[in-house]
Amino acid sequence: MSQRGRLLLFLPSAAVLLFLLIDGLQRLTGFGHYPGPYGFVLNGVGVNQRHATNLVTAVNFDYRAFDTLGEEFILFTATTAIVLILRHMRGERERPSGDELRRENASEALRGMALAFVAALIVLGGYVVTHGALTPGGGFQGGVVLGCAAFLVFLAGEVVAMKRVAPEKLLEFADAAGAAGFALLGIGGLVFAGVFFQNFLDLGKPGSLNSAGTMPLVSISIGIEVAGAFLLVWTEFLDQAVLVRSGGGGSE
Amino acid sequence: MTFLPYAVAAWLFVVGLYGIVTSRHLVHLAVCLTVVQSSTYLILLSTGYVRHGSAPIYADIPPVATAVDPVVQALTLTDIVVESTITALLLALAVQAMKRFGSVDPTFLRQLRG
Repeated sequence: MSQRGRLLLFLPSAAVLLFLLIDGLQRLTGFGHYPGPYGFVLNGVGVNQRHATNLVTAVNFDYRAFDTLGEEFILFTATTAIVLILRHMRGERERPSGDELRRENASEALRGMALAFVAALIVLGGYVVTHGALTPGGGFQGGVVLGCAAFLVFLAGEVVAMKRVAPEKLLEFADAAGAAGFALLGIGGLVFAGVFFQNFLDLGKPGSLNSAGTMPLVSISIGIEVAGAFLLVWTEFLDQAVLVRSGGGGSE
Repeated sequence: MTFLPYAVAAWLFVVGLYGIVTSRHLVHLAVCLTVVQSSTYLILLSTGYVRHGSAPIYADIPPVATAVDPVVQALTLTDIVVESTITALLLALAVQAMKRFGSVDPTFLRQLRG
C-alpha cells in the first residue's frame, strides 16, 4: 500500500479510536479520586503483614510474586531470543581490527569520567538491589544500574576490558541463575509453608536490612538476572558492530 | 483538570500509532512503539493516584499517612521491564532485517523470503 493510501486509511480510524479512548477514559474515576479498595487495604496492612516498608516491592516480590515470575521469564525468554537472532550467521566473521577501531574513538575526558563512575555505580546498584524492600528500588532497577557499571567500561573504550569483567559465559550464567533463584524461592514457599511463593523466612524488624523475609533474596536474584540479561543483550549488539560478511557487500 | 492525564495518555497512544503507521525506518518504528506503551504507564499511574497521597513507601512517613495505590505502581514496573525487553527484541530483528534485505524501511520488507 502506498504511504498516502495508508494515511488515508489510518487518519479516520485514528480519529474514531481517539474518540472512543477519550469516551472510555472519561468513565473512569477522575484523576486523584482513586476508588480503592485494594490499594488502601494494602497500604493499611502491608507493613504489619510483611514488615516491608516499600509496598511496591512487597506487591512485586510477595503479594503478586507469581506475576513477577511471569515477567521475569518474559525477560529471560526475550534475552534468549535476542542471543538466538543475533548469532553469528554463516559467512560472517569478526572484523580483525574491530576492537582497536573503537578504542580510538573514546576521548580522554570520556574515559576518565566513565572509569571514575564505575565503582560508584556498583555501590549504588548493590544498594538499590539490597534495600528494595525498604526504600525505592529493587532487583529490576538495581540490576540495570549494575549492568550500567560494566557498560561504562565499554564507554571508556575498553572493549577488551569489558569482555574480561563481563564475559559472555558469566552473563549467560547470571541470567539463568537469577531466573532459577527466583523460581526456587517460590518453590521454597511451597516446601516450607505449603503455598507457592509464600514468604517462608523470618520477617524481622520493619526497616532493618534483613527484614521482609524472602523479599531481599528475591530482589538479589532478580538483580543478578537483570544485570546479566541487559549486559548480554548489549554485548550481542556490540558484537554485531564488529561483524562483517565475507565476500564484501556487508556494510552494517 | 481531573481528565488531563487520561487525555495525555489517549493522545500518546494515537500519536505513537501514527508514528508506527507512517514509519520509514524500523528503529523509528520500535521507538514509536515505546511511545504507545508509555501511554499505558500514564493510565496505570493516574488510576492509582490519590489526591495529596505520598508514595507507598513507609520508610519515612507515618503508618497512617495517605499513600497512592502500590498495585498499579508495581504493574507499571512490570510494564517497563516488558517494554524494554520487547524493544531490544525488535531492534535485534531490525539488525537482522538490515543484514538479510539490506534495508530497514518497512515498505521494502513486504515480501517474505525464506
